[in-house]
Amino acid sequence: MRVNDQGVFDKKAGFKPVTWKRAFDEMEKQFKKSYNELGPTGIGIFGSGQYTIMEGVAAVKLIKAGFRSNNIDPNARHCMASAVVAFMQTFGIDEPAGNYDDVHYTDTVVLWGANMAEMHPVLWSKVTDRKLSDRKNVKVVNLSTFTNRCSNLADLEIIFKPGTDLAILNYIAREIVYNKPESIDWDFVNNNCAFVTGPVDIGYGMRNNSKHPSFDKKEQDTVAKEVSKVISEDEATALSALGVKAGDTMEMKSADAAMKHWVITFEDFKKGLEPYTLDFVAKLAKGKPDESIDDFKAKLSTLANLYIEKGRKVTSFWTMGFNQHIRGSWINEMIYMVHLLLGKQSEPGNSPFSLTGQPSACGTAREVGVFSHRLPSDMVVDNPKHREKTEKLWSLPAGTLNPVMGSHYMKIMRDLEDGKIKFVWVQVNNPWQNSANANHWIKAAREMDNFIVVSEAYPGISAKVADLILPTAMIFEKWGAYGNAERRTQHWRQQVTPYGKAMSDTWQLVEFSKRFTLEDVWKEHKINKDVTLPDVLSKAAEMGYKKTDTLYDVLFANKKAHEYKWPDPVGTGCANTEAAGDKRNVENFKGYGFFIQKYLWEEYRAFGLGDGHDLADFDTYHKVRGLKWPVVDGKETNWRFNSEYDPYAKKANRGKFAFYGKALKELPSGDLKGPQPQTKVDLSNKAKIFLRYYMEPPEMPNTEYPLWLTTGRVLEHWHSGTMTMRVPELYRAVSEALCFINQNDAKKIGAKDGENIWIESRRGKVKARVETRGRNSMPEGLIYVPWFDENVFINKVTLDATCPLSKETDFKKCAVKIYKA
Amino acid sequence: MTDRRQFLGQAGLMVTLGLLWTNYMIGARAEAMILRPPGGLPERSFQQLCLKCGQCVEACPFDTLRLAAIGDGRPAGTPYFVPREMPCKMCKDIPCTVACPSGALSVEAVSTNGKLDINLAKMGLAVVDRNTCVAYWGLQCDACYRVCPLIDKAITLDLFRNERTGKHAFIAPIVDSGHCTGCGLCERACINDKASIFVLPRQAALGKPSDKYLKGWEDTGIDPKPLPAPAKNKKAAGNALDYLNKGF
Repeated sequence: MRVNDQGVFDKKAGFKPVTWKRAFDEMEKQFKKSYNELGPTGIGIFGSGQYTIMEGVAAVKLIKAGFRSNNIDPNARHCMASAVVAFMQTFGIDEPAGNYDDVHYTDTVVLWGANMAEMHPVLWSKVTDRKLSDRKNVKVVNLSTFTNRCSNLADLEIIFKPGTDLAILNYIAREIVYNKPESIDWDFVNNNCAFVTGPVDIGYGMRNNSKHPSFDKKEQDTVAKEVSKVISEDEATALSALGVKAGDTMEMKSADAAMKHWVITFEDFKKGLEPYTLDFVAKLAKGKPDESIDDFKAKLSTLANLYIEKGRKVTSFWTMGFNQHIRGSWINEMIYMVHLLLGKQSEPGNSPFSLTGQPSACGTAREVGVFSHRLPSDMVVDNPKHREKTEKLWSLPAGTLNPVMGSHYMKIMRDLEDGKIKFVWVQVNNPWQNSANANHWIKAAREMDNFIVVSEAYPGISAKVADLILPTAMIFEKWGAYGNAERRTQHWRQQVTPYGKAMSDTWQLVEFSKRFTLEDVWKEHKINKDVTLPDVLSKAAEMGYKKTDTLYDVLFANKKAHEYKWPDPVGTGCANTEAAGDKRNVENFKGYGFFIQKYLWEEYRAFGLGDGHDLADFDTYHKVRGLKWPVVDGKETNWRFNSEYDPYAKKANRGKFAFYGKALKELPSGDLKGPQPQTKVDLSNKAKIFLRYYMEPPEMPNTEYPLWLTTGRVLEHWHSGTMTMRVPELYRAVSEALCFINQNDAKKIGAKDGENIWIESRRGKVKARVETRGRNSMPEGLIYVPWFDENVFINKVTLDATCPLSKETDFKKCAVKIYKA
Repeated sequence: MTDRRQFLGQAGLMVTLGLLWTNYMIGARAEAMILRPPGGLPERSFQQLCLKCGQCVEACPFDTLRLAAIGDGRPAGTPYFVPREMPCKMCKDIPCTVACPSGALSVEAVSTNGKLDINLAKMGLAVVDRNTCVAYWGLQCDACYRVCPLIDKAITLDLFRNERTGKHAFIAPIVDSGHCTGCGLCERACINDKASIFVLPRQAALGKPSDKYLKGWEDTGIDPKPLPAPAKNKKAAGNALDYLNKGF
């Protein structure tokens, strides 16, 4: 903790070790100061897709049920949020329909912004195996903005300009609809799909005030586009069905209604695709200046034909290239559009597959609902029925939960900058390194009146900006569970005693909950001018709670929890620090006396039963190597929505497919420009085929900032490198982030390989060494810098614009200049 | 006392000379295992020409090159590098070679039509120990491949199916001696405790096919060397007759 010589907390002081008790005392004091001043919106948690499932449950419960705040958002926001929006909007339920075995059943693997060779190496070896099993027939296509290692195996490499993947997908759809209409699976489409569209004037997820005092003058021209933008020639063509003209100013009137969508006719859908001809798209999208337009056209046409070919199975993979995208939700929806038109969906090998990067982005962040708008099992805070179900399962008085969506990841940062949030707790992630436009947030953390707690095992940038760092147990130092991208949930037992005085995130949350009585938190709170949370203490009394009960008593150590005894046969021979303490005797902690992880699991599991999210009981996962949900009658589900494999689809009793997800299934209908009032269409059991468009990113290269900057990862290092940079062999293999650059671009500034250059945007600059060779080969005009290296702090340079629907940052596109250091 | 001191001094000198001689002998024997900067002539010519001036070492921007010290088992004063510690970063302007005043590092050897081309360097040759390389166990590594400055040329990936799992492929590194410059970035990057890909001097690592074998599919139009005339050995002919007539 930062304390002065007298041992008093001082934001400007250096760190000194303190006891756990001293740490919690200060946390409590600082939390209560902010909470009492600003209410439930004045505090926040940066959670994680690396939380164990039980940790996620504990955190959501404490924040949402205890503190009645929705300001909890995971690093998965930066990673998966666009995929989630598209799943919810297209299928009404989150996560992929298929599974990793799709690789073995498919004939075609198309990579859209997924460098699997480095980022999903084990899956990549499955892809490679499939290719080797039938070299002639199995095709691999790599779409990317630069040549990466996947091209090594690919039959077809398509290098496109940043952001133009939107146009390429519409070209494929146009090819289907206009030139190969017989390839549309009309039986499938008519039975299972509806055509929909949404607004385009939705901004770019930035602050809607470019004159905000935090902005440097240089930043303003980009941010101003949040409010209005002059339509370019390319956009005028792309949006011609909407009657938009080049030079028009588009006012971003639907920025707050970006999620809105409505049913349209097939004729309107077709009209929207009309401008996406091969000529237009090839000219727009060609990414390598030295490639001939005819070659590029031939490649696009080959790609379209692979999708279209009758009987050819296609699995599309994507990761951050799609999700971290200024129109990330759209581009996700567009890949489903192509698969759905062709009926290549929810069958072994026919699978649009959203890969995840984090171990439990699915299992924890998404399924538990560690987001500012979510509750477990795909429920949302602004739905009264969902709150009611949650309050019941968590034994809360009716009206406890806050119906107002909280601050998403970037908004928590902006709220810190605005003084609207003054207490932040970081768990299992590194927000100050992983968030774009980092100079702003470092300043906000260090110079504003606030208190930042970072739970960490290996300190990085976030620990540096913190006021208090809590030593935290790691993965096998606790009981846990993760869920991966193919809906597979896996559990593990505690293997070792945590190191030093480190304690788990669950323990930290639960210990903190002991410091609040119900009357501290379940009183009346004004949230905004329209919403005031009621005082629920009298209802709580009716339920047998005393106002002096602590949140620990009510949320964690309640009667139900005590039914889960420790020791338990499933844990024979294993430690459980939370349940029984351990040999270190940290703070004289002897354990809670019950099996808290099992309790949290079983209580959480009740949310999904019968709801399409069925999970097995705790003990089962300790007997098997994971199960793909929904787990019905002890059996996992390999392909969802297909009645041959999915009991829920079978139960719907409407033929081979049922897209039974429940969310967003009642829509108005209208034309391309908007919905008709008073209309309502029931889309139960249907998937949606979205018409979306190409639009430009808000910041593109110009004469002052002539290059695109895209960021990403390397195989050797995990995210912000706090762990992997400490692994000697990984550090030796890749000890710093390099700036991958085309040799002509390097030559223009006279920079040689290995020399340092400055990379500067409107927001900040960073030094990195030039690399014109090696694993990535860049087209002229685009540089690539991985973000793992805190000494090459590239997020000082990137732009914090997001997909307006998903609020996920686009780390792949901003404009920079470079010069010799 | 004086005599004794003199004696000790002489003995000391003799020991020093002895050490130097031993060192020279070790150096001469170890020369086969030393890696020289880009453009280095064949080892014997290199040692004859090298002035031990250290200018190449001075010119190296990455502290890759070192001068061999007396007693470290290498010909003293000559430049060398140890890839596991610091590989050659393959500067395109090859400052070390350019700095060499004697020609021990030959600019011509790393130039095409008078233009420097570091990719022509032949400092050594990377060799993979397949039994200890984890990629050959089926683990996804290829760290050496990804750092290779001549990726997909000097190091390529061999893809073959993993029958043990039935689901995965081996993605394993192979070195092409035609392209490998011996820079050692791969050796440096290898994740093993002791690198399973390592650079050897080319003469130590390279085989040489017999002149008798030609790649008919590549060497078309090349006149094969005339076969050596059969040895005229009367005795041999006689022996053959004797042999045939000699019964069983």
